[in-house]
Amino acid sequence: MTEKPIQGERKMFLTGNEVVAWAALAAKVDIMYGYPITPQNEIMHYWTRMAPKYGKKFLQTEDELSAGFTTIGGVLAGKKAFTATAGPGNTLMQEPISMAEMMRIPTVVVIQQRGGPSTATVIYSQQEVTMTTYGGNGEGFRVVYSTATHQELFDYTIKAFNTAWKYRFPTFVLGDGYQAKMRESLHIYDPEEKGIKLVEPTPTLSRPGQIGVNREPNHIRNTYNTEEELYQIVMGYAKEYAEISPEIIEFQEQDVDDAEIVIVSHGVVSRAALAATQELRKAGYKVGYFRPITLRPFPTERMRAVAANTKKLLVVESALGQLNKLVLNEIYGLTTPIETLLKPGVGVTSEEIVTRIKSLL
Amino acid sequence: MTLNPQMPKCWRVESKPHKFCPGCGHGLVLKALGEAIDELGIQDRVVFGCDIGCSLLTWDFFDVDTVQTHHGRTTPVITGLKRANPDAIGIAYMGDGGGYAIGSQHLVNAAARNEKITVILANNTNYGMTGGQMAPTTLPGQKTETSPYGRDAEDIGYPTQGPEMVAAIGQKGAYVARGTMANIRQLKGYFKKALQNQMDGTGFSFVEALASCPTNWRTNAKDTWNFVENEMSKYFAVGELKVPDQLKEV
Repeated sequence: MTEKPIQGERKMFLTGNEVVAWAALAAKVDIMYGYPITPQNEIMHYWTRMAPKYGKKFLQTEDELSAGFTTIGGVLAGKKAFTATAGPGNTLMQEPISMAEMMRIPTVVVIQQRGGPSTATVIYSQQEVTMTTYGGNGEGFRVVYSTATHQELFDYTIKAFNTAWKYRFPTFVLGDGYQAKMRESLHIYDPEEKGIKLVEPTPTLSRPGQIGVNREPNHIRNTYNTEEELYQIVMGYAKEYAEISPEIIEFQEQDVDDAEIVIVSHGVVSRAALAATQELRKAGYKVGYFRPITLRPFPTERMRAVAANTKKLLVVESALGQLNKLVLNEIYGLTTPIETLLKPGVGVTSEEIVTRIKSLL
Repeated sequence: MTLNPQMPKCWRVESKPHKFCPGCGHGLVLKALGEAIDELGIQDRVVFGCDIGCSLLTWDFFDVDTVQTHHGRTTPVITGLKRANPDAIGIAYMGDGGGYAIGSQHLVNAAARNEKITVILANNTNYGMTGGQMAPTTLPGQKTETSPYGRDAEDIGYPTQGPEMVAAIGQKGAYVARGTMANIRQLKGYFKKALQNQMDGTGFSFVEALASCPTNWRTNAKDTWNFVENEMSKYFAVGELKVPDQLKEV
């Protein structure tokens, strides 16, 4: 019953949602809280089939507010807990995550982006970037990993739990409907067998011991009485977030050193960008590829160096400029022109990028 | 001679005197709750969650593990915690706005799922912290900041009868009662049964407590007491609505 879910390394052919469920098992997650919304549903479907065999729990809540707040409750009890959502569910999820942000509660949320605004499509988009990086009434103190492949969905879901519990900032894995529903091969593994140390969860509330004898009660809050008191708290978080960011930031790049134009993309779109880069290089075009893996914290330093060293950037995304807004903000002051290929809620092919690059060079 | 006020053992001395308005019902409700926790000897196991509104002033009220949450969201936080750690004794404390308006879906569904938690709701017929607006529990004709000519029940409905609603949804093993600050001994008894029900793992437990709000009611001591004891209880009947078998003999 409680044997390890994954022994050794196995090659599998899975949908992205199935991958997330496997990764959560591999990361020794104790409990999932969830509410149905497409395209993330199968994360719950696979979790509810597999989790009981390993003594893991599941609760289907009444909405995403509840899914987020019950996840917070699970984490406060000292358990590795997560939820998954999309679109309008992500909108509701911003309320609990703003509380997690303020109270430094290591929640993990998997987002499979769907079309927006509103109900839009159940299929695909990259339109939840702004909301996932800076949603809620806060300052964006969260970590957002944008995955591109099923292998990454597995790797970064495991990593998300470690990041959340190590740094105590809410952590997101940002996928999309294509990744959720597509089937592709990957290697699943037990992280500890590979030497990846899993961060142990600890309880904030309901800790063992006797109050006044060998422990004190813990009182945690998100309300403060004065502007100055809040200012101290927020600035303290900002300082800490800035300090740990270099340890968290991840990006991927190719052929940027002599590139005359660099394609900037993230998530599943970066696969088309990478294919386009390779194709164009073969044809003799000086094209580079840059992809932030962490959208929060953003790889600012490297992005600026890449932008400063090239003649032009082409930002490509399945949204009307949400990644572009992040890029603009991070490279402020540089004069490198930015071209865009923006297709809100629609996939981007390498052919489209190739055609666009050829028209720009 | 110094008279030391009698405080429940689980009250946090450092945060007293508490921050509620003079004459506020929360103090009495929390005294009854504190005594119930003491008498059951569960201080070490309790996780107390408090809502937004006046109830947030309880964030450091007890010497028990405490989490202050968002408006209406205390029920899911305590639900999630209890699901993850069934040994904890989870108490979600809220007002009538938190429980019957913004968080009503959580209350309804926690009851429907028979979550093994205890929800305690102070009903003072208005939103106190925000300055006395109409609540789901405002009585017909009662004046508030957003019903300055009195609540017109024909226009915006009659007050929510929370325990009646929860009892109707409540599953086998649930405990549901409405007590009042006007009968503190009885209220304490309800709290003890509600907590015992959770300790027994029998089902959801819910107690509404009728409480005063003289600041927003603009009432003196006599009228305040009269409103709680005679006006509120006419519409909000005090008593037990659902008692599981194992608590019937208690």
